[in-house]
Amino acid sequence: MRSYKNLFLWFFLLAALASVPFLLPVYWIMILTEILVMSMFAMSFNLLFGYTGLLSFGQAGFFGTGGYLAVLTLLHGSTSIWVALVAGVLGSGLIALIIGWLCVRRDEIYFAILTLGFGMMLFTIAHNWRSVTGGSDGLGNFSVPEVDFLGVVLTLADPKIFYFFVLIIVLLGTWLLSRIVNSPFGLLLKAARENSNRIAFIGANVRSLRLFAFVIAGALAGASGVLFAMFNRIASPEMLHWSFSGKVILMTLLGGSGVFFGPAVGAAIFFVLEHIITSFTTNWMIFLGIILVLLVLLFPSGVLGSLLETWGRIRKGHKL
Amino acid sequence: MSEQPILEVKNLSKSFGKFKVLSNVSLKIEKGQLCALIGPNGAGKTTFYNVVTGRYRPDRGSVLFEGRDISGVQTHRLTSMGLLRSFQITNIFPALTVLENILAPLVVYHAKGYSFLRAIKKQPALADEAKHILGRVGLENKWDQVASTLAYGDRRLIEIALVLACRPKLVLLDEPTAGMNPEETDRMIKLIKELAGRSETTFFVVEHDMKVVFSVAEKIFVLNQGELLAEGTPEEIRSNQKVKVAYLGGYLDAKG
Repeated sequence: MRSYKNLFLWFFLLAALASVPFLLPVYWIMILTEILVMSMFAMSFNLLFGYTGLLSFGQAGFFGTGGYLAVLTLLHGSTSIWVALVAGVLGSGLIALIIGWLCVRRDEIYFAILTLGFGMMLFTIAHNWRSVTGGSDGLGNFSVPEVDFLGVVLTLADPKIFYFFVLIIVLLGTWLLSRIVNSPFGLLLKAARENSNRIAFIGANVRSLRLFAFVIAGALAGASGVLFAMFNRIASPEMLHWSFSGKVILMTLLGGSGVFFGPAVGAAIFFVLEHIITSFTTNWMIFLGIILVLLVLLFPSGVLGSLLETWGRIRKGHKL
Repeated sequence: MSEQPILEVKNLSKSFGKFKVLSNVSLKIEKGQLCALIGPNGAGKTTFYNVVTGRYRPDRGSVLFEGRDISGVQTHRLTSMGLLRSFQITNIFPALTVLENILAPLVVYHAKGYSFLRAIKKQPALADEAKHILGRVGLENKWDQVASTLAYGDRRLIEIALVLACRPKLVLLDEPTAGMNPEETDRMIKLIKELAGRSETTFFVVEHDMKVVFSVAEKIFVLNQGELLAEGTPEEIRSNQKVKVAYLGGYLDAKG
């Protein structure tokens, strides 16, 4: 019964997402593209935060690393988007492996500060290594590649086609994450979140569990960064700034870190609010701030999390 | 030739600063023998426990598990070797369900800890095994409840089930009845006896509560001021003069 309902929900969601480019104006297609990219970034962050119990303040570092590596590949190496994507994902995963190896030795606030520190180091490299990264101007001036899809050559410069490209990558990333959180490995991550001291006494190594999660989250953040750089036609140092890491944390809390799709809902709310408010006023940060504060106060488990909790209570009430 | 003892402690000494907590403690535990370590507060029980389970390194002496020196071995390796401990404070995974609590050690035991593509719900053999283990401690009907919502005694039983799920060869139980009401205590004593009686696992109880020790143990070690004062069957310990003087007087007098 339940799995049929889930299948129906998935089908409905996919149908809605696939029909959007034919229903909405280009402006909103682009906003939705950005939401999809940030959803994957936020959900990958939540593998660490919501599932493993580790607050990383440096995820933007991996996001930006992915973006820069993809653009560098397109400028100096290959013209294939797939090569650029693989370079971004593997590169950011490798950086996450090195940084994570050091960070998983500490818990809680110490872990957060370590990730913040490494994130700032990555930002500084992107900002100051002018000959390679273009410094504060970032790296643009690359031609957006074409995709050879079953013999049909499509250009990613078309917003609709780019939307579908992003949709497919984000769905793949989401599928991977959902498999992970429901797997035996995912169970151990939740157990480590609940009681990291006990993990050794069930025979597992908490550091390597965390490192594994850190690398997956870093690689998926890198994939999001590749898409983000393609979307904006530039890889810029802001992508690695700690405030960008903060944005992902905010989105996750806004939607609900305890629910799989919470961060995606948070990303959607954040962008929609941002775009609506900026069309009214230049002081948009104040209004956005007020609304975000209200949302966080009204929905303590995040918007999606609190709604699902209420729905669960109503259903229980009906049964009784 | 007799079988190798499952645990052998040789000349163990441990000091904190100038304070000598353990001095020259040696003991042997045979496989399948339900043993207990008792001693008054400050006798060094907890330190002994922590040295044996690898949390502290001894200053002198060695701990042999199945003949192998285990000093310096990482905790998660000791667990996979089959040396387990339970905790005095409830130390479970509170927001997970009772079933998930037991599934966690099971996936580690079956080397599926890094399997991340196949949903755990699609592996019913794991859930069946977890429910079987829950049945051994009498929690099979509460498998779908969130662990933190259970009563204290039941949470202590999850603790035991967590240990059993690791298929231990030797379990050190640290005050298994601490903080329990009399009814829960009786249930735990019965459970320990039952488990020790029909499983491959050897249990070693470190306890403060005399009633528990004398009702479960086949062999008792008495620790006093960091030294092993006596060892023997419950009857031998009851009639041992040194033990009476040092520690047991009040309790035995009260029993008449």
